[in-house]
Amino acid sequence: MSKSNFTRRGLLKTGAVTGAGLALPTYLAAQESYLNAPTGASVTLGFNVPQSGPYADEGADELRAYELAVEHLNGTGADNGMLETFSSKALEGNGILGKEVKYVTGDTQTKSDAARASAKSMIEKDGAIMITGGSSSGVAVAVQALCQEAGVIFMAGLTHSNDTTGKDRKANGFRHFFNSYMSGAALAPVLAANYGTDRKAYHLTADYNWGYTTEEAVRASTEAMGWETVAAVKTPLTQTDFSSYIAPVLQSGADTLVLNHYGGNMVNSLTNAVQFGLRDKQVNGKDFQIVVPLYSRLMAKGAGANVKGIFGSTNWHWSLQDDASKAFVKSFGTKYGFPPSQAAHTCYVQAILYADAVQRAGSFAPCAVVEALEGFEFDGMGNGPTLYRAEDHQCFKDVLVVKGKENPTSEFDLLEIVEVTPMEQVMYAPDHPQMGGADASLGSCNNGA
Amino acid sequence: MLGLGKKDFTLLLIVAVMTLLAPLLLNPFPESSGLAQFNAGYPDLMQRFVIFGIFAIGFNILFGLTGYLSFGHAAFLGVGSYGAMWMMKLVSLNVIPAIIMAIIVAGIFSLAVGYISLRRSGIYFSILTLAFAQMSYALAYSVLTPLTGGETGLQIKSSDTPLFSNVADGDIGRANLFGMDMRASHEVAMGDWLFTFNAGYYIAGVVMLIAFYLSIRIFRSPFGTMLRAVKSNQTRMYYTGLNARPYTLAAFVISGMYAGLAGGLLVAMDTQVGPERMFWTASGEVVLMTILGGAGTLIGPVLGSGAIKYMENILSKINKDILHEWFAFLPAGLDDFIVAIVYPFVGKGWHLTLGLIFMGVVIFLPGGLVQGGQKIGGLFRRKKASDNDSDKSTQSTPAE
Repeated sequence: MSKSNFTRRGLLKTGAVTGAGLALPTYLAAQESYLNAPTGASVTLGFNVPQSGPYADEGADELRAYELAVEHLNGTGADNGMLETFSSKALEGNGILGKEVKYVTGDTQTKSDAARASAKSMIEKDGAIMITGGSSSGVAVAVQALCQEAGVIFMAGLTHSNDTTGKDRKANGFRHFFNSYMSGAALAPVLAANYGTDRKAYHLTADYNWGYTTEEAVRASTEAMGWETVAAVKTPLTQTDFSSYIAPVLQSGADTLVLNHYGGNMVNSLTNAVQFGLRDKQVNGKDFQIVVPLYSRLMAKGAGANVKGIFGSTNWHWSLQDDASKAFVKSFGTKYGFPPSQAAHTCYVQAILYADAVQRAGSFAPCAVVEALEGFEFDGMGNGPTLYRAEDHQCFKDVLVVKGKENPTSEFDLLEIVEVTPMEQVMYAPDHPQMGGADASLGSCNNGA
Repeated sequence: MLGLGKKDFTLLLIVAVMTLLAPLLLNPFPESSGLAQFNAGYPDLMQRFVIFGIFAIGFNILFGLTGYLSFGHAAFLGVGSYGAMWMMKLVSLNVIPAIIMAIIVAGIFSLAVGYISLRRSGIYFSILTLAFAQMSYALAYSVLTPLTGGETGLQIKSSDTPLFSNVADGDIGRANLFGMDMRASHEVAMGDWLFTFNAGYYIAGVVMLIAFYLSIRIFRSPFGTMLRAVKSNQTRMYYTGLNARPYTLAAFVISGMYAGLAGGLLVAMDTQVGPERMFWTASGEVVLMTILGGAGTLIGPVLGSGAIKYMENILSKINKDILHEWFAFLPAGLDDFIVAIVYPFVGKGWHLTLGLIFMGVVIFLPGGLVQGGQKIGGLFRRKKASDNDSDKSTQSTPAE
């Protein structure tokens, strides 16, 4: 027996429910049109840093910076760090778009495979919407490519090779750190002013990708102002004793040694060079000089007194006296008891910039974030006015030329700032030959779903 | 069945079922519980389980049967990866030619390395293979940069246009099997559980089953017996007029091809290759996997690789915050104390845990995890009638 009673009220009710039901899937679809869209009250970020291997110290410092950034984003920290000085005021200290920031960590081991495995597990298992960190260009390029394929944002940590935003640039990847080209362009005028324009340089270059791009950049910039490159010798990455490479330097008639080395390599090669008495020598009637294109505080610490008076470049240094740097150093120092390294700075800034871009875009969708970051100009993050260039996703800002301090007052006070090279001087065209030329392209952004 | 004894067939069947159901078995904890941290059922890790399983199975054919300890097997994995990568970049994005290329390249390379290294045995053999692997690593890292991409490795780029695959301009080519994307996944939510069935994983899984089947056949063949004879007393073999070299070389090449297959699959699942894949620690890892699981047994290497990859990917991700969350129910002081004790063993300290487990296994279970399983099995079986004497003839022997 069936009984049907169509009433006006009943029909309206059914209609409303059906309407809501029909509307729901489209609403959900709009929400889930990108990978790992945060659904609950929190959003997960992936901090992929080297916790073991040669750059473990830098990785540890990066992680400290990220934890600090998360506190500041969630408004749970002792202060608000650089959020106070940041020119964009979109962030409110209540997470990102009102969602609490949570994070997962992973160990890149400074190996591309391990870094990708770790990033993949963050994306596939933990639902991370953004991956950041790393302390080597090999890892940065590998993880950046992965994030492009998977459809999440990658905010590079410490990576200095031109390739990251040069020939291997990707639409979903962004780099705040400076690069080899900028180091060369910033150093050259300072070197010319201090050492003259008629020097003969001898390069020792770490035999891998970063070494090549750095050598190329420094050679191009110094040769442009009149230096001559006598020889460029590649040294194996695993080399620990550089005596056999240093000995021929004096016979070559060169009066300047450029060490395109990083990390432990640089510590060893510089120590060897100084022990050989290179710096006390006179060649061609000039004092022999040594140059280290990329400096970091952790390296300066390793090389000890040998760094005194040696020029190099760096992305940021804690002794900068602008409000933003002071706020960051204070915030970091209060929490951890010592000043942050440049790796910590760039990672902190990357996390904040990502959060701000999401907030401004009003969405976590990678393509929306890319749009918000491209061509974004900001200030108050410790490097002065900065531009995130749309063509290659590289940050353009002033570059610091530093030298080893003659009279350090503490184990952190090892470098002094010689000059701040203005942004215009380190600017280059997006299709610069050192950056992969006209072939390099970002491709299109990937939302992942 | 399939030319296998009853016991071996059962083993193959069990492995097949486990492989098939891995997405369910590896995700035993509900998503919202704290234990979800221990779930391993996501595509990338499952793929690694089976791929490194293949690698270890192949290594076991050499080490488990002939006793020759190669410390350079990662070189074949790496060479295979580079071969597969170039195949994808130049010829076709289909994974099958890439994998075949990986096996061929690794086979040729292992023939060359094996021909030289097998002139010596024991520690000298190990050192020779280690030297070859380190040499390949150094070459890939710097000297051969145009071919290997150096430190940054090789990836498929938007500028790559493989001969037989149509990639739209500006698009990045994807590895596929006749159009099926390796990354395609089907997610099934059941209550609070989320299971991911991934295309790439099942393809790798099928390949692993084939590799496993072949390894059983090799173990049970006259050839396998010959290899065991090499292990037990090579001198005696020579005295009886047999030349062991061709056998060891064949075993070396077969296991090199297994490594190449694993390397090719790695590229097929995740289109990227870097020189670290050939670093000596990677070679050491496969030795650990095999010994941890049980050298000379059939299933041991697979178990060992699973255990190591699990720890590398799951334990290493437990950080201080997660520990604090777990122990939050404890009083404030005690909570910190427990975290301080546990923390060195997880997160970046996962190597420490691995080391302890490895020591434990080597000291108490020289036959690896398989021996552990047999011991536990024995505890239950002893109560029954001792009718398992017949087992011993077919039972796989633990390492010496």
